[in-house]
Amino acid sequence: MAETKLDLLQGTLDLMVLQTLATMGDLHGYGIARRIEQVSGEEILLNQGTIYAALVRLQQRGRIAAEWGTSDNNRKAKFYSITKSGHKQMAIDVAYWRRLAGVMGRVLAMQAEGGE
Amino acid sequence: MGSFSRLFQRMGAVFQRRSLDQSLEAEIASHLEFAIEENLAKGMSPGEARRQAMLRFGGVERAKEEQRVERGLPQIEILAQDLRYSLRTLVRDRGFTVIAVLILGLGIAANIVVFSVVNTILLRPLPFTAPEQLVRVGSVDPKGGMSSATYSADAFDQFQHQNRSFQEVTGYFGFSGSDNFKLTGYGEPVPLSGLPVVENFFHMFGVQPLYGRLFTAEECRKNGPAAVLLSYSFWKRQFSSNRSIVGSAISLNGVPVTVVGVLPETFDFGSVFAPGTKIDAFVPSVLDDIRDDGNTIAIFGRLKPGVTLAEAQSEADVLFPKLYFRLTVANSSGGYTGTLTGLKEFVSGKLRRSLVVLWSAVGLILLIVCVNLSNLLLARAATRSKEFALRKALGAGAGRLVRQTLTESLVLSSGGALLGLVLAWAMITWLAHQGSIALPLLSSLRIDGSVLGWTLGITLLSAVLFGLLPGLRISGTSLMEALNSTGRGGSEARGQDRLRSMLVVSEISLACVLLVGAGLLLRSFLHILDVDMGFRADSAATIKLDFDAIRLDSAGNTSPADRTAFFRDVIGRVQQIPGVEMAGVSDNLPLDRNRSWGIRAKGHEYRKGELQATFVYIVTPGYLRTAGIRLVEGRDFTWSDTATSEKGVIINETVARKLWPGEDPIGRAAQTGSNEKVVIGVVADVRESSAEREPGWQMYLPTSQESPDGAQLVIRSKLPVATLTPSVMAVLRSLNPAQPRVELRPMQELVDRASSPRRFFVLLVAAFAGLGLLLATLGIYGIISYSVTRQTQEIGIRMALGATLGRVQLDVISRTLRLALIGITVGTVASFLTSRLIASLLFGTSASDPLTFAAMIVLLGVVSLLAGYVPARRASRIDPMQALRNT
Repeated sequence: MAETKLDLLQGTLDLMVLQTLATMGDLHGYGIARRIEQVSGEEILLNQGTIYAALVRLQQRGRIAAEWGTSDNNRKAKFYSITKSGHKQMAIDVAYWRRLAGVMGRVLAMQAEGGE
Repeated sequence: MGSFSRLFQRMGAVFQRRSLDQSLEAEIASHLEFAIEENLAKGMSPGEARRQAMLRFGGVERAKEEQRVERGLPQIEILAQDLRYSLRTLVRDRGFTVIAVLILGLGIAANIVVFSVVNTILLRPLPFTAPEQLVRVGSVDPKGGMSSATYSADAFDQFQHQNRSFQEVTGYFGFSGSDNFKLTGYGEPVPLSGLPVVENFFHMFGVQPLYGRLFTAEECRKNGPAAVLLSYSFWKRQFSSNRSIVGSAISLNGVPVTVVGVLPETFDFGSVFAPGTKIDAFVPSVLDDIRDDGNTIAIFGRLKPGVTLAEAQSEADVLFPKLYFRLTVANSSGGYTGTLTGLKEFVSGKLRRSLVVLWSAVGLILLIVCVNLSNLLLARAATRSKEFALRKALGAGAGRLVRQTLTESLVLSSGGALLGLVLAWAMITWLAHQGSIALPLLSSLRIDGSVLGWTLGITLLSAVLFGLLPGLRISGTSLMEALNSTGRGGSEARGQDRLRSMLVVSEISLACVLLVGAGLLLRSFLHILDVDMGFRADSAATIKLDFDAIRLDSAGNTSPADRTAFFRDVIGRVQQIPGVEMAGVSDNLPLDRNRSWGIRAKGHEYRKGELQATFVYIVTPGYLRTAGIRLVEGRDFTWSDTATSEKGVIINETVARKLWPGEDPIGRAAQTGSNEKVVIGVVADVRESSAEREPGWQMYLPTSQESPDGAQLVIRSKLPVATLTPSVMAVLRSLNPAQPRVELRPMQELVDRASSPRRFFVLLVAAFAGLGLLLATLGIYGIISYSVTRQTQEIGIRMALGATLGRVQLDVISRTLRLALIGITVGTVASFLTSRLIASLLFGTSASDPLTFAAMIVLLGVVSLLAGYVPARRASRIDPMQALRNT
């Protein structure tokens, strides 16, 4: 590992997947993984394989739906789409993250004077 | 989205594993292809494109595993996987598996046996309807034997009518001896033990007959129709389970009696009320026939719903002193007390402590077994480190490896449990048929649901106990790290060694505690065997005489003169049998049935409580000598003491000391009841109830002047009973054709039966201690020989450099000694603390008996050294050249 990458916090991956599906529409597993990598500017320590556990988790909770289909270049792949309950959950999670990030930001700002 | 439907999805996933796996594989394959395509488009070579794609993906197997965890019920799947894997590994390591299962089997079997004994005697409710309402009503004086524990028929009637606390009150006749009935008409006369019970006896305990009916009120009246209820075992043995016997008449003691019913197999009177005895039949107790016989009835009651024992007791405290001994005798009240004890407590309360000790002992055994297995598994872990390293490299997490080893432990302990169940079943079956062990309810010993539950419990517990530590070591995590669920710790051999040494030390200290406990109990038992019983049981045998055939007078009694003449004939003829030294007759024997009367010095006023119930034995001349009861002064009865001569009594030393302190009692006038007697002799005290209890007051009266209640012929002879029986039987038959066929019993049987509960406990505890010692020894041997094997090279080098054989051996031995010493020191301290707990079970032995401690410590030390010596010998035989070559 050349540079240290961000370790994924518990639960963040699920939200990333939901957000990706909400903005990009239906995607297959590889597409989701690549999309997250690109958006995060390759800063995240993500084994792409990890995504499948998250996908199954979300599927079981009914946040996303999946079905086999064919990609643009005629490959068979499983496509995922966000469901209504997924949208709802996402709204809750996003609000939560925003609050948390805000609080963290404020707390860290206290000691950020002259800090590196 | 309910968690329920998710659970169903997951359950479904478990069963659709294959298709879901395939689908995931397809998905991963397409994922990789997308990635490779992208990489090729970036201009990578095909090989590089594939490599990069794989790298970005991470571990394929790991991804699958993670997905499976999310998707299904991973616990079950992993368990199934681990189980398959464990079984394969264990089958491969056959030797290890056999040893482990054997050790576990022994440990678990011991635990099952003891638990089933505890369960049967202490935990399981008595086999009666609403047993928690049942109460035993007795007196508080244990010194008076059965007579103090029973009540007169009049007192029983009054109690039955006047009490307000009991739904029902019943009782049985406390003085029926064994083989007191004789069944004729089926070939040779058959002896059987019959017990008279009060009319509602079975009704109150909730016992329904298997066939037929219970007694009617009519049958319990004076001169009512004769009826008998047979016990299941006697019915099976004597009448081959023939149902047509019910309703027909059989001849008991020469009288036709109707068999009104057969009791169920589950009702075993002896095992509840009089452990170590067997009752074959029940007859109605006709109260009107025993009104003049003094205290005869052992009383039991069933409390009314909602009445507590304490409430009933406070009523009894008022009621009992008012009860009359004999209604027709003025001022005969005031002698009774009624102490109520819950029936369960009455039956098994005395045994609680012993059983708890036994239970703790097997608990220790289980601990030692677990420690031992931990050690075995650790040693095995060292040899399996490659396999685990490989699995780790393939992405198995620490938790997963711990689970794997735990599963393996579980498989082992389940194997042990199965073996344990088989062994325990054999042992339990054997114990249940030991009629000679006077422990209550032992005959109903069996493996039931709660025993199986307990077995399951200890199986799981021991699997965790012995599997966790090696599991953590194997997965390369220390306990702390595992709990923090982070990274990995190094597992150097040194740490392993230290851990295993610690285990061996704990094993030795546990074994030490067990050995000391067992040693103390054993020493107590030896003391008990050494107690002077006051009679000599060795080379003496006894046989029950039948004397129905002797002429009866109109009241159905034999005259004392006729009876004594008959006894004299029997004794004279038996003494002519070659090998018989002497013989005598007594109505009761020590450690067997007893009854007590009273005795006082004539003309002396006594305060309440000064006099004690006195065990009475009605004997022929020669009985005392035959039984080995020492005559201290005065004389024994002779055949010239007849019904008309001076009425004599022989007392024991205790009575002499209490009634005529500091005086010579011979020739003194004594009163027993309303009769006046002259003291003609003093004999040594006899322990009449057990070796542990101090002798009470005892007196002997001649058969020519009093009515014996039964007749036991005692014969002193060096010949074995089997040889004697035929010739003795021939003599008895020639004098009395009606004499039923009975076996001569060695008197030692009485002594053995009295000490059987203790013998039982001591045997078990000693067996456990032996097992503990064996396991600890194996533990020491294992660790020392393992370390020798590991140091082969080092030793080889040292020997090549000139170390002597002795030096090498000494090093190994000293390591053993160090371990043993630490273990023994810890164990000794622990024993000092724990032996206090068994102090009340000890007899003539202090809880910190230095001899026992020293003996056990030496034993443990010597055995440990031996266990270390074998590998030491092997170490010294190492060929340096060989050792160096095998690098």
